[in-house]
Amino acid sequence: MKIKDTLENYMFVLPAVVIFAVFYIIPFSWVFQLGLYDWDGILPTKTFVGLGNFSEIAVDKIWWQSMLNAGYITFIALTFQNILAFLLAWACDREIRLKNFYRVIFFIPPVLSEVVVGLVWQWILDGNYGLLNNWLVHLGFPNLVRNWLSDPQTALTAVAIVHSWKGFGWGFLIFLAGLQTIPRELYEAARVDGANAWASFKKITIPLMIPVAVLVAILTVLGTMQAFVLIIAMTGGGPAYHTQVPVLRILASMRGSSRFGYACAQGISFGVILMAISFIQYRFSKHSRQT
Amino acid sequence: MYWMPRNRTSCFTMQTKKLLLSFLALSFCLFSLLSCNPQKQDNKITVWHWMTDREPAFQELANRYEAKTGIKVNFELYAPSDAYSQKVRAAAQGGNLPDVFGILGEMRDFASFIKAGHILDLTPYMDADAGLWRNKFFAKALAVNEFTPENSYGVKAGIYGVPIDIMTIQMLYNKDLFKQLGLNPNKPPVTFGEFLEIGNKIKAANLQGLVSGWGEMWMIDCLASNYAFNIMGKDKVLATIRGEVAYTDPDWIQVLSLFKEMQDSGVLASGLVTMVNKNAEQLFANGKAVFAFNGSWCVNVYREMNPQLNYAAMMPPKVSDKFPMAVWGGAGSSFMVNANSKNKEEAVKFLKWLTDRDQEAYLAEATNNLPSNKESLKRIPEILSQFADDMDSTTHPSTWGISESSAVIEAFDKGIQSIIIGEKTPEQIAEYVQQIKQKELAKKR
Repeated sequence: MKIKDTLENYMFVLPAVVIFAVFYIIPFSWVFQLGLYDWDGILPTKTFVGLGNFSEIAVDKIWWQSMLNAGYITFIALTFQNILAFLLAWACDREIRLKNFYRVIFFIPPVLSEVVVGLVWQWILDGNYGLLNNWLVHLGFPNLVRNWLSDPQTALTAVAIVHSWKGFGWGFLIFLAGLQTIPRELYEAARVDGANAWASFKKITIPLMIPVAVLVAILTVLGTMQAFVLIIAMTGGGPAYHTQVPVLRILASMRGSSRFGYACAQGISFGVILMAISFIQYRFSKHSRQT
Repeated sequence: MYWMPRNRTSCFTMQTKKLLLSFLALSFCLFSLLSCNPQKQDNKITVWHWMTDREPAFQELANRYEAKTGIKVNFELYAPSDAYSQKVRAAAQGGNLPDVFGILGEMRDFASFIKAGHILDLTPYMDADAGLWRNKFFAKALAVNEFTPENSYGVKAGIYGVPIDIMTIQMLYNKDLFKQLGLNPNKPPVTFGEFLEIGNKIKAANLQGLVSGWGEMWMIDCLASNYAFNIMGKDKVLATIRGEVAYTDPDWIQVLSLFKEMQDSGVLASGLVTMVNKNAEQLFANGKAVFAFNGSWCVNVYREMNPQLNYAAMMPPKVSDKFPMAVWGGAGSSFMVNANSKNKEEAVKFLKWLTDRDQEAYLAEATNNLPSNKESLKRIPEILSQFADDMDSTTHPSTWGISESSAVIEAFDKGIQSIIIGEKTPEQIAEYVQQIKQKELAKKR
């Protein structure tokens, strides 16, 4: 009877296990397996190359440049985007007028389609007929006019700033939720003890928001490193390799070069790097909480 | 009593458990049944395509075919082309290709589909009745669907695709802007020097020069190979692909230098290196750019964007008299028949009907594309005739019998972008491309 009960219980779990295995575990093992082969994605035959694809990745300069580019976009997102998100959340957490209206407004960019955002910003930053250059001329800064997305000096930064604009709403929402969990009594007690606004912010808000900031940082890194739709819409990865990011390189290997095996190896390497970054961040957050 | 709840926390009665188990078993059976995809032979042909602009015309032709034969043709559109490409590959891997489909990609991808047994050899059908079907097509349109004996891809010689239309990729110029610049609108530049001189006038008039989808790269490759043919001839280009001539050869450096000269003269539009073809088409259609480098499909696009646009087609201005200028052409859209389809005979009959004179003429009229059937050419607009006139000067990588590796093509095209933005010199790019070529050759060895 006990065995029957156990089997019955397994029967209820079985659909979930089957779905998880079919859609997650098996594809992942296939990707790993394909990473060891040279395959064009069409032919039934594959050539085993062992770790050849991985050693090729190690010396693929364009791949590492794309990692650096993604790192730069992530750095802008971690600093500019998250500081902006935090400041806006902090402002909305205070008793200001129209704070509910601002909460809605700040969350509009994340819900917009990345392709639409990319195309709109491409139009704003267009070197010939773009709004930004038009405003710069009218404001008396014609020397600043340039082709923002085609100039190697500005293309990556322009993409990074648009990505931050598109993504700050998520950080804003999480920071706001975090700020609202801080007991108001702490601020009142601090005020009674003679602490000014800055002291309360430094001694109460910042320490209590560290775990939230770490969570936002982890999500920012994971989200930004994998960004590509916005980049395709804005620059297509150009000019030259200046806005190439890892996911674009994986797509190029798969679709442009028909090198499915190499693309799978790139995907695995990229996944391992992201996992390592997340692990370091997690350890860092654990350490900060303990101290 | 056995199925009765043993305690108060048990929430399932015997009936509920039985019901749930039966539901699970039924779901499993249904799921298994639905995942099977038996190919039935029926009065229906399924065609997958990516040609958004041709969808209404295809539907109309499908209706006509059904009225004539009773066979329903189901045209299924999957766009954009990237998504279509992925769908076809995934379907090939899963053995779920439709009766008729097209392949977007290079000749090596086409070859892989054939070698994997997905595409029917159409040679016997083409050659039947003393080559009646074969002789209807422009030779260049058929050539891109043909593998010659001893081709480098290892594919059995034969014709594997049916050309639906053809195209050429050329330069276009805006006649009204030519007048505005003080140029003769009926005399486009013939030499590269004349072309560069216009750059100064374009700069002075604060207009945009040449626009094209060079952000998408393959169009850069197209113009570069046009000039490579003009400067060194086809044989040397193919020798380079075979690895017998280096990309550091002075002729290749000259090809790369042309892009620097164009940039320096002001004949290239600003922001060209990240421009997608759709934006380039808008700029040219709206009269903002003097020149465009685009395919013959643009006639339809420009007509929709600005029916008043006053423009003409021209060959890219030649650099040298040593070899003729060649533009990419011949290859338009083609359909292939699934070799594993139960409806393959019906599919072939449908494609024969589709490429007949009347249907091809209708497609050309409705979509402003060049027909692949020679007999349908009489009923096309004037501007399309200009494209068709240069059909003799066309070439296409699919007909070369050998393909350059993707890594080399990417290095070459991205390199040209670097030259245009002033980051690298032609010599540096030639050196870099040759390094990649050496690596690719070493891999092959």
